[in-house]
Amino acid sequence: MNMKNGKVAACAAVVVMAASLHAGAALAADLVISNWDGYMAKDIAESFKQATGLEIEVVNHGTNEEIMGKIMAGQGRGYDVVFVSSPFAEVLNAQGLLEPLDKAAIPNLANLYPEAANLAYDPGNAFSVPYAWGTSGLCYRSDKVSATPDSWMSLLQPADDLKGKTTMLSTDRWLMGAGLLAKGYSVNEADPTKINEARDLLIEAKKTLLAYDDTTFYAKLTSGEASLVHAWDGWCNYGIAENKDIKFVVPKEGSDLWVDTMVVMKNSENKENAMKFLNFILDGKNHAWAAENILYKVPNKAAMESLPAELGEQYPNMKMPPAELVKYELLRDLGAAQKDYSRAVSEIKAAN
Amino acid sequence: MSFNATRSNLLAAPAVAWLLIFMVTPCVLVLSYAFFERGTWGGIEYNFTLDNFARVFDPLYARIFLTSARIAATAAILAILIAYPAAYAISRAPRLRQPMLLFFAVLPFWSNYLIRTYAWIVLLNREGLFNNLLRSLGYTGEPLSLLYTEAAVITGLVYNYLPFVILAIYSTLSRLNPELMEASRDLGAGPVRTFLRVTLPLTLPGVAAGGVFVFVLSIGNFVTPALLGGGRFQMIGNLVYDQFLTANDWPFGAALGMVLIAIMIILLFLQARATSRASGERAEA
Amino acid sequence: MTSRFRQRLPGRVVLILVFGFLYLPIAVLVMLSFNDSGLPTAWSGFSTRWYVSLVGNSDILHAAWNTLVVAVFATLISTALGTLLALGMETRARKSNGLEALAFAPMVIPDIVLAVALLSFFSRLNLTMGLHTIVLSHVIFDLAFVCSVVRARLKSFDFSIVEASRDLGASGWTTFWRVTFPVLLPAIVAGALLAFTLSVDEFIIAFFTAGAGRSSMTLPMQIYSMIRFGVTPEINALATIVMGVSATALMISQWLNKEQIQ
Repeated sequence: MNMKNGKVAACAAVVVMAASLHAGAALAADLVISNWDGYMAKDIAESFKQATGLEIEVVNHGTNEEIMGKIMAGQGRGYDVVFVSSPFAEVLNAQGLLEPLDKAAIPNLANLYPEAANLAYDPGNAFSVPYAWGTSGLCYRSDKVSATPDSWMSLLQPADDLKGKTTMLSTDRWLMGAGLLAKGYSVNEADPTKINEARDLLIEAKKTLLAYDDTTFYAKLTSGEASLVHAWDGWCNYGIAENKDIKFVVPKEGSDLWVDTMVVMKNSENKENAMKFLNFILDGKNHAWAAENILYKVPNKAAMESLPAELGEQYPNMKMPPAELVKYELLRDLGAAQKDYSRAVSEIKAAN
Repeated sequence: MSFNATRSNLLAAPAVAWLLIFMVTPCVLVLSYAFFERGTWGGIEYNFTLDNFARVFDPLYARIFLTSARIAATAAILAILIAYPAAYAISRAPRLRQPMLLFFAVLPFWSNYLIRTYAWIVLLNREGLFNNLLRSLGYTGEPLSLLYTEAAVITGLVYNYLPFVILAIYSTLSRLNPELMEASRDLGAGPVRTFLRVTLPLTLPGVAAGGVFVFVLSIGNFVTPALLGGGRFQMIGNLVYDQFLTANDWPFGAALGMVLIAIMIILLFLQARATSRASGERAEA
Repeated sequence: MTSRFRQRLPGRVVLILVFGFLYLPIAVLVMLSFNDSGLPTAWSGFSTRWYVSLVGNSDILHAAWNTLVVAVFATLISTALGTLLALGMETRARKSNGLEALAFAPMVIPDIVLAVALLSFFSRLNLTMGLHTIVLSHVIFDLAFVCSVVRARLKSFDFSIVEASRDLGASGWTTFWRVTFPVLLPAIVAGALLAFTLSVDEFIIAFFTAGAGRSSMTLPMQIYSMIRFGVTPEINALATIVMGVSATALMISQWLNKEQIQ
């Protein structure tokens, strides 16, 4: 290869790349959906097209916070349906960024458990459809703990053999939630003195903690690096799948109820298609996919009843009935108290 | 100098225009939110206030800033100490091999930050490869806790930004006029003296640039503190991130960001002045 | 021969140690690409299944291509702009504080501020977003890093040789390509490598400025979206292939170059 050929080849490569620079913008699907990677069936586009004839494009986001920031900064333009957790859906609605649901177009709403159709942040599903729900609690190695953990204090003030072998969720609401619940307060507590009490408890707990971990805590359990972790129920199941000694328990003080929802953007240009998509997901067969593959409970009666019995045997928290789940406290947007939570979390993270 | 003012300005113009349009304008718009209130639901209430700045000067944030500055500075110094000999060795390798060595120094970083960090976890955790190796060598004590410490965070930062320092120092070392060094030696200076009096001052701008890269990239990093530090440490960049995305408090995030940018630019000014003085003085001596 | 070997020995030892450090986690990463389990940090047996599933995963492959396209254009533009900016700044008779601050700013602005600012700005202008807007945005910080490296080199540059060349009647253009450019080349190459590496790994600004389409997702965006349900070793397999292919391509081109010279 001489110099000239090299230069020609390089120029050609740049031209080819320039072509794909613009290819991005041109493609127009009938519907753009943003979701966490792996949260829907891989063949969702094909099966949806078969059912409705519509092309969908699925894009991914990593966290609620990121997609939320992006929607606020860009007014949600370009997106039709977005998956976010309920406090975020609540805020998006308060900001006027969500389209009210056209219930006539979503007859499958009838598949939802009555409890799921009446959640306090959106009674009657005016602007959001619940996709999955669950709680958080303690996920532990039953072969490595001397006493079965049953309280938030088992995590916050662990027995000697568990010191340095516990992890906690670091996302602000759940981190604070553990402290608030241990003190007997609400997960949405707005009283600054109570928030500070929880903060002090959590700063103390930091001393016995291995790490704050939102993403790999179940791997820490399987490797044996940790023995007791603060976990979302569905994620604990990923640990259980690898090791049968891993168990999940909701502490006796109670816990939170989290809901992942689907919402339609006000700026969407494909609202009709968006409603069709919500209806498609709510179909018992389609919604069951999430329960079976993600191991999250779904608020869809038809879907849950279609699940094989073994699933509940292997992952006992999948059997938790809706009536029990909704007894836990629903996470709500904090409004003005958000500032106090942020500051408390910063103090915890900055403490030695 | 054969460059007149107009020509200098013309050379800088394209980049300056790019930065004014795509950086200054958008950032001024967002940072101006610092003077308004956060709505109850997030968003901006357009009532003028200076409260956000009052909140910035809370000692808590000063403490977080100082801790993260300390971690970032330590990482920068360590990275320089490791990168300098490496860059020096590369610049002394046969001419044809130099680009290849540089390329192999950055190649690991064309993978992804997250999976490189996971790899460190696999190496260092209590049940990880390093401890298993120790065990197979006959070590029987408690497994070493190498992760979730400040040292682990610093290791991760040094690792990820080391190649940038190597590149910066190499660019000032390569084709450093060998006659200068010979002259110095002819005048009776030993290798150490030659290095301190000739080589180091001439490469100081590269050292400074590399150190700045590590410092600014570290102070804004959040993957390493979260994963290798077990979330026990918070870098200042993370704090701004949390205000915008987690707390949905753009006005406060903007105020924090504005103060942070101002402090960092002042620090960089001081650093630039110190470097040019140091390299100037030594070169003249 | 022996004395030359002895002279080179310390350099070799340093390089072996530093490269050992740089490649230690890479060895683990390659090993994990053959990990049977999908867990990101625990080993459970050898398997090539992630390579097989990578070949069938058009999302990841497409994202990898997008990342390459963005990084190449951001590098080309920022290397040119950054080098010119460095020349402009270092040839000024008097330092301009405003210019200095402007050149520092992209390095110190928190990523999230720039990300939110750019998206608000682009959407106010009603600009269609995609890979091109990611390139626009990456150039901002890339050019600051390039400029910084080139300026470090220029500090020890003797501008009198430029003058000499002009006195000998060479045009500004010829002087640049014949005199200035060769001296700056190592710094320009270093700056370009730096810009490319930064751009390949950048996540938050790309996420905000990519628009809403699947077609403009980059690899870091794809990988971070997997955090919730587990980053599969497919990513390790991809990284292994990317590094393997780049290294092979470089060694072949090096070998061809040598042939040509001889």
